[in-house]
Amino acid sequence: MQAFTELTGIAAPLPLANVDTDKIIPARFLKTIKRTGLGVHLFDTLRYGPAGEERPDFVLNQAPYRHAEILVAHENFGCGSSREHAPWALLDFGIRCVIAPSFADIFHNNCYKNGILPVTLPREICDQLMDDARLGGNARITVDLVRQVVIRPSGEEIAFAIDPFRKHLMLNGLDDIGQTLQRATKIDGFEGNRTAEQPWFPGITV
Amino acid sequence: MPKTLFDKVWESHVVDRMEDGTCVLYIDRHLVHEVTSPQAFEGLRLAGRTVRRPDATIAVVDHNVPTTDRREPIREEESRVQVETLERNVADFGVPFFPINDTRQGIVHIIGPEQGISLPGMTIVCGDSHTSTHGAMGALAFGIGTSEVEHVLATQTLLQKPAKNMLVQVDGTIGAGVTAKDIVLAIIGKIGTAGGTGHVIEYAGEAIRALDMAGRMTICNMSIEAGARAGMIAPDDTTFAYIKGRPFAPKDDAFDHAVAYWRTLPSDPGAHYDTVVHLDAGAIAPMVSWGTNPEAVLPITGTVPDPASVTDDAARAQMIRMLDYMALTPGTKLTDVPVDVVFIGSCTNGRIEDIRAAATIVRGKKVAPGVRAMVVPGSGVVKQQAEQEGLDRIMLDAGFEWREAGCSMCLGMNPDKLKPGERCASTSNRNFEGRQGPGGRTHLLSPAMAAAAAVTGHLTDVRELS
Repeated sequence: MQAFTELTGIAAPLPLANVDTDKIIPARFLKTIKRTGLGVHLFDTLRYGPAGEERPDFVLNQAPYRHAEILVAHENFGCGSSREHAPWALLDFGIRCVIAPSFADIFHNNCYKNGILPVTLPREICDQLMDDARLGGNARITVDLVRQVVIRPSGEEIAFAIDPFRKHLMLNGLDDIGQTLQRATKIDGFEGNRTAEQPWFPGITV
Repeated sequence: MPKTLFDKVWESHVVDRMEDGTCVLYIDRHLVHEVTSPQAFEGLRLAGRTVRRPDATIAVVDHNVPTTDRREPIREEESRVQVETLERNVADFGVPFFPINDTRQGIVHIIGPEQGISLPGMTIVCGDSHTSTHGAMGALAFGIGTSEVEHVLATQTLLQKPAKNMLVQVDGTIGAGVTAKDIVLAIIGKIGTAGGTGHVIEYAGEAIRALDMAGRMTICNMSIEAGARAGMIAPDDTTFAYIKGRPFAPKDDAFDHAVAYWRTLPSDPGAHYDTVVHLDAGAIAPMVSWGTNPEAVLPITGTVPDPASVTDDAARAQMIRMLDYMALTPGTKLTDVPVDVVFIGSCTNGRIEDIRAAATIVRGKKVAPGVRAMVVPGSGVVKQQAEQEGLDRIMLDAGFEWREAGCSMCLGMNPDKLKPGERCASTSNRNFEGRQGPGGRTHLLSPAMAAAAAVTGHLTDVRELS
């Protein structure tokens, strides 16, 4: 996983609530066996017309936002399915940070696993950042994970919260599995006790 | 300190706890399907890792598979590759697997309980948000992403923080024609699509206790549509009777030991819930969704809502967008909305009880002219059972299609999809834009309500159908 320390980039405004994972990437694009290549289908139904033509009114089809690295949205971003194809599509497009008043739980988790930073800030702050984002190529927003601040184009700093363990993994680009395997002895012990205490669960063999 | 069902299952699975509260949580059962697993197995291969507990893992194909003749190869190349990739992965890593031609094949959330793989007190995960279904057994069951699928395959654990507890108490008894689906749609309508975020919902109360296991699974299945991490129902005699004798359930003495343990799981009197919601079952009518998220629901007796009555700008804009997508005019009686397609199936409502409920309505009637109606059993076992009961004949005689098991028209990933502009009465779980196919319009409802819509050709109050 790519480490995330600090990011300065163009932010795309997406003033929609309840952006579901079918909207981020429709199910028909989940037939891939790879993690890459999904960026072209990001927000497919919002981004393209019936004949596959770009909809000029959609933000990511507009010049400065084709290079957006930050997305600013409204409440409950990423609701719906568990598909990790949603963060994969965002990442493949170039988005490394999503800022919203709230996120759906599974999507929120999936972002961290892919080096995408989900930043939760109150709605009124998100609305200010949305206005900044509307300045397009004339503005840059900085997200500094080390200091846990979002820096507006005006220089104003806004603090955000993150779990210390998540932060540690993100800053160092660490793989969760490697972290957990450091506790292999504890897992062995737990598993042994559990089998001894509850021997009635049969294993699955078909 | 009194504990909730969730607290008990959670605490009994904590392997280790970090300073910031993140836990290493042990996972008892891992269900795997073809869509969210290929990249996970690839990750294991690249890192030279193995599957830690193949005997706690079960794989099945469901999302991509056509629901037509199983002897034919899968025509669509990408779907075929995904199915073949799972077949190769389970062979390489020694994971138990129900292949496409096995009677036990079916939707992953149907087969877990059906086979006795999903049991009370367990932690159960799957790379699929509707894993919440298995919470009906009194398990902690939740959906995970593909990176977490890889994590569970490699370590049999997950890194998680505990959720908050929410109690949804449904008191009283439901009226005739009202089902578990109507209860859960009413709950989501009340608390909203983000109402459960950060919480595990425990469903309790007289109306929940009175439900059979199929109904309980329907309720827990849609917990994710309220944004909850999981839904749970305390195990009781209904649960134990359901489990007894299932292929992978404990047998004989082991079953008795298990039941004695399972009886310790229900929430203690006085246990603390962070959020409590009450519903009166007697006030719930058959429900139908009118918009493009599952909180946009109304009783079938209602009319299409009017954006002019909404004061909040953002909410009004969203309603206008939803009505535009759904091609609905404010003030229209819901029972006047015609349908093109009726879909009975999915992990929400693809069980034998659901097909029986539909057959009861359809018996001796015909599908309305111009309506395409289909029944897709949730598993090969459900299909076989229905055929033994003659339910397939009732549905076929009425003009329904009778399909092989799979996710089918729930999500537009296989040949069963809506065409742009088509309107579907669907027993599935999501009415998002394009969910059942690009441009398709979904009305969520119960199997009985779907059957009623099939025979009349429009959304119908099943209570008024003779």
